[in-house]
Amino acid sequence: MKLQTEIQLNTRGRVLVAAPSGEIDHHQAERFRTQIDSAFEKSSCRHILLNMSQVSFMDSSGIGMIIGRYKKAETRGGKLVLSNMSEGINRLFEISGLSKIVTRAENAETAISMLGGNFNE
Amino acid sequence: MNKVKLEIEAHSENVSMARVVAATFITPYDPTVEEVSDLKTAVSEAVTNAIIHGYNENGGIVSLIFSAENRVITVEIADKGIGIENIETAREPLFTTKPEMERSGLGFTVMEEFMDSVEVQSTAGEGTTVTMTKELRGAVE
Repeated sequence: MKLQTEIQLNTRGRVLVAAPSGEIDHHQAERFRTQIDSAFEKSSCRHILLNMSQVSFMDSSGIGMIIGRYKKAETRGGKLVLSNMSEGINRLFEISGLSKIVTRAENAETAISMLGGNFNE
Repeated sequence: MNKVKLEIEAHSENVSMARVVAATFITPYDPTVEEVSDLKTAVSEAVTNAIIHGYNENGGIVSLIFSAENRVITVEIADKGIGIENIETAREPLFTTKPEMERSGLGFTVMEEFMDSVEVQSTAGEGTTVTMTKELRGAVE
């Protein structure tokens, strides 16, 4: 688990894969939002995958950031999927009611195949 | 009884420091990983509220007092910001005055979920104090 907060962004077919690391609070959520949106806009991606495997902490600012990216993907008729969520993040996810609208996947590969990222371009 | 006081400038990058102090403060009481995470999250929510709502991100001082007695942790988080006009409404899930900032409106809901009690005192124009308690039930020798 990295202490430093950063984000890795790459594309798999029409899926933008965003892997933030470190802590997602108000301060970092703002940074991640800008970076993800900028990469999404420059790409021809429809879907966004948030790989949470390297996230050590998240509060409700992260929930706001996730809802925002869900809406972003929707503008291109796409979906947002979250993968590799820790128990703590999952609890927050349940409390927020996000579990009803956002799809979760066990790992990034499952998420990408759910989104059809291996096929199209 | 143990007590720690912390004052931080209301900058969003300082919220992580409040979380670290929260986690460090309860370490001697053998908390579970979940209890540490609960406290850190609740503190993060309250301090973030003070910074972005209390002080409207214009700076100010956020004071935190951590105390522990018989495995009951009390955290008091106070600002001298604008105060909350209607506490009941502010505590409603998904209510936010800042949707443009992608605030989820879940701060108080999370605090209530992760702590045993959450009390809010606020006076318009004078500030807000949030007092939360949590009994550490985790590790038993």
